Amino acid sequence: MSYRSSVRLNRRHFLSSVAIFLAAGTSASFARSISGSLPWQALASDPPIQVVPGGWYFFTPQEAATVEAIVDRIIPADELSIGGKEAGCAVYIDRQLTGPFGSSSRLYTKGPFLPGLPTQGYQGEANPAQRYRAGLAAMDAFLKQRDGKSFVELQPAEQDAFLTEMEAGKIALPNGIKSAGFFGLVLQNTMEGFFADPIYGGNKDMVSWRMIGFPGARYDYRDHVTKHNEPYPQSPVSISGRPEWLGKGI
Amino acid sequence: MTNILPRKDVVIVGLGWSGAILANELTDQGLDVLAIERGPWRDTATDFNIGYAQDELRYGIRRDLFLQPTVETFTIRNSPSETALPLRDFGSFLPGNGVGGAGVHWNGHTWRFWDSDLNIRTHLTERYGAAKIADLEVADWGITGAELEPYYDRFEYLAGISGKAGNIKGELQDGGNPFEDARSRDYPLPPMQMTYAPTLFAEAGRSLGFHPFPTPSANLSQNYVNPLGIAMGQCTYCGFCERFGCANYSKASAQTTVLPVLMKKANFEVRTDSEVLHVNLDASGKSARGVTYIDTSGQEFFQPADLVILCAYGLHNVRLMMLSGIGKIYDPVSGEGVVGRNYCYQTNSGAQVFFDDKNFNPFIAAGALGQTIDDFNGDAFDHGGLDFVGGAGINCIPTNGRPIATRPTLPGTPKWGSAWKKATVESYKSTLAFSSQGSSYASRNNYLDLDPTYKDRFGRPLMRMTFDFPDNDIRMSNYVCDRMEEIAKTLGGKQHVISRRKKGWDSVPYQSTHNTGGAIMGTNPAKSAVNRYLQSWDVPNVFVIGASAFPQNAGKNPTGTVGALAFLAADAIRDQYLRNPGAPLVSA
Repeated sequence: MSYRSSVRLNRRHFLSSVAIFLAAGTSASFARSISGSLPWQALASDPPIQVVPGGWYFFTPQEAATVEAIVDRIIPADELSIGGKEAGCAVYIDRQLTGPFGSSSRLYTKGPFLPGLPTQGYQGEANPAQRYRAGLAAMDAFLKQRDGKSFVELQPAEQDAFLTEMEAGKIALPNGIKSAGFFGLVLQNTMEGFFADPIYGGNKDMVSWRMIGFPGARYDYRDHVTKHNEPYPQSPVSISGRPEWLGKGI
Repeated sequence: MTNILPRKDVVIVGLGWSGAILANELTDQGLDVLAIERGPWRDTATDFNIGYAQDELRYGIRRDLFLQPTVETFTIRNSPSETALPLRDFGSFLPGNGVGGAGVHWNGHTWRFWDSDLNIRTHLTERYGAAKIADLEVADWGITGAELEPYYDRFEYLAGISGKAGNIKGELQDGGNPFEDARSRDYPLPPMQMTYAPTLFAEAGRSLGFHPFPTPSANLSQNYVNPLGIAMGQCTYCGFCERFGCANYSKASAQTTVLPVLMKKANFEVRTDSEVLHVNLDASGKSARGVTYIDTSGQEFFQPADLVILCAYGLHNVRLMMLSGIGKIYDPVSGEGVVGRNYCYQTNSGAQVFFDDKNFNPFIAAGALGQTIDDFNGDAFDHGGLDFVGGAGINCIPTNGRPIATRPTLPGTPKWGSAWKKATVESYKSTLAFSSQGSSYASRNNYLDLDPTYKDRFGRPLMRMTFDFPDNDIRMSNYVCDRMEEIAKTLGGKQHVISRRKKGWDSVPYQSTHNTGGAIMGTNPAKSAVNRYLQSWDVPNVFVIGASAFPQNAGKNPTGTVGALAFLAADAIRDQYLRNPGAPLVSA
């Protein structure tokens, strides 16, 4: 009766046989009739798929280098943590852009596309994958013309100054691309990668969680609820456990 | 070509909280009941898996369990003079999808509306005079608090609500809400254990002479077996509650309170991933013949039924009525029409208090774990010298420390770079947040209708939402913000921030999924879409259950009242309607 479980099994088989990464939760379900009992089925659940670093699925090598440089300024390496590049934020964004987030496949994408008020939200036609492709190209074109250098060739202080101007919307990027909007998208995705579960490719070794003291994917705090103002003693865990459990060390 | 299916006694559209309650009650009566659900089947063991339920990106940010805008969205604008544009992504509100509906991923705040919230026009007119509400379309519900009390009781015992009564049969109870109406007995479970931030908030409130009490919660303080014999587990304070399914059977939902019993019944069936397109009416337009739906194969089916009950999310109920021709669509210019009128929302504001020397462990939390002050809610306080009506609950309910979304920093902090990082580390554990949840009162130009331009995936018009906060509600919210500032100052800390609600409703940042009205109940068929039993005035074998029935919204979460109305409608169908099917229960 349930065709969902077989669909999901087929999907997992498919994913393991070809290197296509979809974000979790995209499995299609099909119409069904249920009556007479709770229709629980073994192996019907839809667990997330671990991102494996290595290679780029969306970015060109040049784009990847630019994104790695940006995420390393948004989250610079300092005494509090490693930088965004080492944490895997660019890998996270790359994988997200190949899935439903990148293609806006869950969103309403029918026209007409009209300029709206800020209170009406993003009304552009381009999806995030298209916005990254166009935005990174526009950044490079702008900088080549202004400074004769690409973003990765700038000094960190120059990169910060440029990103600050992007954030304020003061950079007039070519092709009508709004610098504040594009920077906002990159900032949002960088933070997602840095603070999401490490299975998504950023937040290497739960670095952000250790930094702020978030215990991660724990599910039972009953023994600490009324210990007011006392530090929680346990270190974080990921959905995939802790690195030492996997024999990799921290 | 449409396939014609065998007739059912009852078709229910949407298997969330109200659909599950109606289905369970009516199958007990021996009726053959079919629920048609647009989204997928969901159960705890499969879909709220304890191995990966704690995934903020998937469930909190990408919102895996919610309705996707590609399936259905709304166009929105602040006033009739603007051009409505589609919500390409949801933001300010997040409708649910699938079996269990938004009840899967709600917080669990479970309130009763007061008699003065229900008989509001009569009450306010008697107390302050008609001029006080001349600019508003506030309307009586057609039902009293005393009439609704037994149904609140049934919902609270079904769901295992944890709380402390403030008024049992007229006797005030220490530690409860002294402003609530009398209830017949205490909550089924005692309050949850209290975390640090709400504890400090309550102390500050008490020192100011206010009356804090534990927020009534559908996150269970103890193990519980409900009246249907379904066992639920104690909440573990995991901090992955709202936006998430509960892996512990600790949050009341259709899954944890009704479905294990309902699904075993031979006279119940659910068809999932099947979207009802419209209710089919007969040639007179005064009787429903059944519904037409489409499944994932793209095939259309006509499902005949004697009784059709709309139990989708309130907004979807309203759109289905519009697409089916049930009731005349409201026109704000003439003031005529009943479907789409009195759309209301929630008027919220926020407060943050930053400390240096406190650790709130924000990740130890639950969706409805906290303390509430109701001294300034509804008409609990005298509005005689004030320039508004309504009020707000002041709530300290810190629900999570999930770090993609919950990273408070002091005002003026950069959004990135080393200074941002340092500020984030400083404030993550040491910030106390609380908020006000304010009433939203109907006004003439806040309404729902069909959009002239944008279509859904089947080519049908999207519903258009025209809404801004009425001036009355902004004045109310500002007054309550002043009270919040008193609490913030009493709490101390190195700095506090009050975020006041402003005109120009913004659809982007999350505010509340408490969209109410559009198919309101009432006593006047010219100004309401359903009668006091949630029965359509125009098509009496259609009932419409949900917050769509609220003539205006109180400063409270709606689910407790939606659950009570579901039981009320079930009783009315069983005890009155079935004796004379197809007849109106209230003569127009």
